[in-house]
Amino acid sequence: MPGAARADDGTATQVRGGEPAVLMSGIRKSFGGVPVLRGVDFDLARGEVHALAGGNGAGKSTLMKVLQGVHPADEGTIAVDGRRVEISSIHDARAAGIGMVFQEFSLVPSLTVAQNIFLGAEPLRRSRLIDDRAAVAAAGAVLEEMGVDVDPRAVVGDLSTAYRQLTEIAKALAQDARVLIMDEPTASLARQESEALFALIRRLAARGIAVVYISHRMEEVYRIADRITVLRDGTRLLTRPLSEITPEQIVEGIVGKALDGQPVHRQVDGAGLGAVLLQAHAVHAPPKVRDVSFTLHAGEVIGLAGLMGSGRSELARALFGIDEVTSGEISVRGRRADLSSPRKAIAAGLALIPEDRREQGLVLEHSVADNLLLPVLGELRRGPLLHARRARERSADLIRRFAVKVADPARPVSLLSGGNQQKVVLAKWMGTDPDVLILDEPTAGIDIGTKNEIVTMIRTLAAAGKGVIVISSEYPELLAVSDRVLIIRDGTIAGEYSREQIADEEFLELAVQGATS
Amino acid sequence: MSTTAVRRATATDAVRHRLDWRRYVIYIGFVVVFAFFAVLLRDEGFLSPNNLLNIFRQTATITVIAVGMTFVIACAQIDLSVGSVAGLASVCAAMAIAQHGVVVGVLAGLLVGAVIGALNGALVSLLGIPSFLVTLGMLGVAAGLAQWITASAPQPILDDTFNLVFGGGDVGPVPGLLVWSLLFVAAGSIVLRRTRFGRQVLATGGNRTAARFTGVSTRRITFTVMLLSGLVASVAGMLYAGRLESGRFQWGAGDELSAIAAVILGGTSLFGGAGSVVGTLTGALLIGLINNGLILAGLDSSQQQVVRGVIIILAVALARKK
Ligand SMILES: Nc1ncnc2c1ncn2[C@@H]1O[C@H](COP(=O)(O)OP(=O)(O)OP(=O)(O)O)[C@@H](O)[C@H]1O
Ligand SMILES: [Mg+2]
Repeated sequence: MPGAARADDGTATQVRGGEPAVLMSGIRKSFGGVPVLRGVDFDLARGEVHALAGGNGAGKSTLMKVLQGVHPADEGTIAVDGRRVEISSIHDARAAGIGMVFQEFSLVPSLTVAQNIFLGAEPLRRSRLIDDRAAVAAAGAVLEEMGVDVDPRAVVGDLSTAYRQLTEIAKALAQDARVLIMDEPTASLARQESEALFALIRRLAARGIAVVYISHRMEEVYRIADRITVLRDGTRLLTRPLSEITPEQIVEGIVGKALDGQPVHRQVDGAGLGAVLLQAHAVHAPPKVRDVSFTLHAGEVIGLAGLMGSGRSELARALFGIDEVTSGEISVRGRRADLSSPRKAIAAGLALIPEDRREQGLVLEHSVADNLLLPVLGELRRGPLLHARRARERSADLIRRFAVKVADPARPVSLLSGGNQQKVVLAKWMGTDPDVLILDEPTAGIDIGTKNEIVTMIRTLAAAGKGVIVISSEYPELLAVSDRVLIIRDGTIAGEYSREQIADEEFLELAVQGATS
Repeated sequence: MSTTAVRRATATDAVRHRLDWRRYVIYIGFVVVFAFFAVLLRDEGFLSPNNLLNIFRQTATITVIAVGMTFVIACAQIDLSVGSVAGLASVCAAMAIAQHGVVVGVLAGLLVGAVIGALNGALVSLLGIPSFLVTLGMLGVAAGLAQWITASAPQPILDDTFNLVFGGGDVGPVPGLLVWSLLFVAAGSIVLRRTRFGRQVLATGGNRTAARFTGVSTRRITFTVMLLSGLVASVAGMLYAGRLESGRFQWGAGDELSAIAAVILGGTSLFGGAGSVVGTLTGALLIGLINNGLILAGLDSSQQQVVRGVIIILAVALARKK
């Protein structure tokens, strides 16, 4: 049965000829009795970029962790280059030439970029001692090939999420794997870096390396992948060359019903603008943010667009009192506000959903319900005790609205899939009902069905008189959600466009690169 | 390649280089305290070579234990049993020397450390019991055993070779204890900084999941680290025995706290992932320095405790990040 290609499969044997680089057959995997993979077949040709798609919790990461030896399969077989292999540990996978970029990263914050890239495979001198200088040089070479300028001696804990992502990719590349698995590698990258990564992936594929590319971004999939496999609820729905399938069909497969592939652009009703909610005047927050002035009205959504490292996140952090504002003025509802700490910012009615949500937004060992209810515990009190029924209802409601896929809300949040953890953080903060909501990359890692939902929810919040600031590297969404887009460059506002002024994504792209201003 | 140029310009400052004077606060503190005592206690003979060597002698055992503890804490574990392991090793070595001679005695001492270290390691890494609890229990077990098998009596060691090698003797002008502690510091520093094992200890302590995803056997690393800590503590126990020419259950009592203080003062992160053996040595010496200075200054032991505690808190507070 394995290898016997079905007609609609477009199996590797038909596409390229020769043995497939990887052939997984009948893979089953359960966690604590809950089946996550229910007999999945997957094949990968040499030199192919194979997209793997599916909703949050469909089992994409788990399938690839089976191949990488992190979670050995309960049942099923794996063949690499036509030969049956037993993959029961990461060492087995590495020996078979398989490397992986993990969705949740495999980096040690206290070590440097170079130390992380070569962790467990450090270059040794003849004395068996680690040759750190060689490691730094080799890491520099890998980063150079990626077109990224990060100091290999920088400590990973000091890097922004995007640079950690690039380090994680470099770590997998440095293994010289013949099969490279990339689990949402662009989730926290801006356009420029994604472009560089695509070029790199193409070069790798041309060299005969097989690439598995997991992503929730349809346009990326069409740009770089040859074939796509869609998983739903732990089963394979289809595998097909991208030339033979439309985006609508893919989205329908992922979501289970017809839906627009991209979030829809909502016509903005300019009349709905209310009073001034938040005003920044000549705000400086070293080392990044300088001389930023803008006004946010009730009922308005402002989008922040910019390159990686342009200072968008830093601006958000400064507004929320995480980074110190050294000069300038911020006022809330017309009154000068002291936002010198997150606590004061929250008291003034602000909320920030940060970029690295996993680290900053969740108590990983606590249950999903506990995490969801943490910011609203005060409302759920009955006397000194928690109102158990209302707490249950509240968390059930949030789980339903954000389509969090969880077997039992009492299970630790650390066991959720990456995208579902993101949803929990979003749900947690959007449930608090702040006046001004700042969202840093709100849809990173979120599946297509829920992305639209989040755009709608942001619009709903605005319609209810809230002010929202959205940072996003995904232009379709930024355009769908924003009334106004501020271009951030070198820590300051380099341009401002109302939604009507922006014709399309290309226009925005050029504006971000500074080509139009 | 104008896009590359853009990326370059914006990328370099994405790395927030912080000015790292805090990392060196222990060395600064050491120099400050030393200078302070040197001036203040000039007439009490603080600077006399004999007194300075004394400081080394008195801190040697703590230093040795703290080298092992550096690995334990860098691995995000803790070992509270080291002090009583030292005591148990000292009495076992002493009793075995009396019966079977020096070689068996040394092996018996090491065996004590290896067995208890392995037990700690197995309970922590295989059964997943927090090391705090495991070693807290083991602290009692080892201390109780040492008192029990000796009926609380000191076990004299009459073997001169043992007493000479383990702490009593000198190498030229240098006290043997100093040689021992420098040996452990040098070895520990190289292993932690320059070997794959050391790197994997830091990775396990810094991010267990990441280490596992990278193929590091975090269980094996944790086990090994706990084993080493026990083994090193047993060597410290024999250094007590050699210097004081007897094995006693009291030797090493309370040393776990001094060792932990030395490690944290030395800049090893209590949450794991980062550590420095040379820092640990400096931390141990700083504590020794303070003890010595306070004694020379004529403070009684209760006053010493207070001042020592305040200085330790102050140093750790200064070294804290952000
Ligand atoms: N270690 C684990 N223990 C228990 N359940 C797990 C574990 N890992 C994954 N799961 C469950 O398996 C299911 C599939 O998870 P997986 O991470 O493979 O999803 P995914 O398709 O990668 O989703 P996403 O798009 O959100 O990354 C989820 O419901 C998740 O809760
Ligand atoms: Mg995933």
